[in-house]
Amino acid sequence: MKTLIEMKAIPRREFVKLMGIGVVSVGSLSLLSEVARADTNDVNSAMSKIAGGKKIQSGKITLDLPQIAENGNTVPVGFTVDSPMTDNDYVKTVHLFSDKNPRHEVASFHFSPASGKASASTRMRMIKTQNVIVVAEMSNGSVYSGKKEVKVTIGGCGG
Amino acid sequence: MASVKARVKAPKTAKKGEVFKVKTLISHKMETGIRKNKKTGKLIPRKIINKFSCNYNGKEVFAGDWYPSLSANPYMAFYVKAEASGSIDFIWTEDGGKKYKKSTKITVS
Repeated sequence: MKTLIEMKAIPRREFVKLMGIGVVSVGSLSLLSEVARADTNDVNSAMSKIAGGKKIQSGKITLDLPQIAENGNTVPVGFTVDSPMTDNDYVKTVHLFSDKNPRHEVASFHFSPASGKASASTRMRMIKTQNVIVVAEMSNGSVYSGKKEVKVTIGGCGG
Repeated sequence: MASVKARVKAPKTAKKGEVFKVKTLISHKMETGIRKNKKTGKLIPRKIINKFSCNYNGKEVFAGDWYPSLSANPYMAFYVKAEASGSIDFIWTEDGGKKYKKSTKITVS
């Protein structure tokens, strides 16, 4: 029901824009223009900010995500970062990003050696088919990342 | 929010050094702030749980900063290493500073 309204609304807005009379006031800021704000560049800049000039390496991260998510309102997402989790060598923070959601941050998780295992799982919203990106900051300063695409049948960000 | 119910599943006993899984669930709408009220056309203000933390005998062992992309009724599962007997406290902080708490006891042998 919700998706039907969304699908109908988007082409109409596009049409209005094409006609050159698309005066969109701030008050009527549509979901569509909100979506346009976040893109892959935002995620990349957020990632380089985390890395702070250091090279982002690949590996060490295992992502646990479905290939196809039927309902974008709750998509199970889990990850494991390969680390001994000792006082000298542990995973400090893991950031979760989505590259097409209105806000690209999903969550940041802070671990400590007392976590025992750098693994966590939660559930997230997904507006459409997109990549989920995980960035892990290690205690020695190195940064790792991993990503996986999830196909979404029905998007879930409200509307 | 009418009633927020927090649920936690953690073991009651563990061996020292054992890494155990903790599962948490809290009933919360996680209002994103980009949804509109269909009748008035106005945006519904954002109200999410923006911080979750797990303290083991007073020491923070796991924490999360949450954003609106997280689902309603957020589920969170993670691991904790058994060090000593005592309490494990879970705190969810909502926008506006309201806190929801839950606590469990663990016996470590």
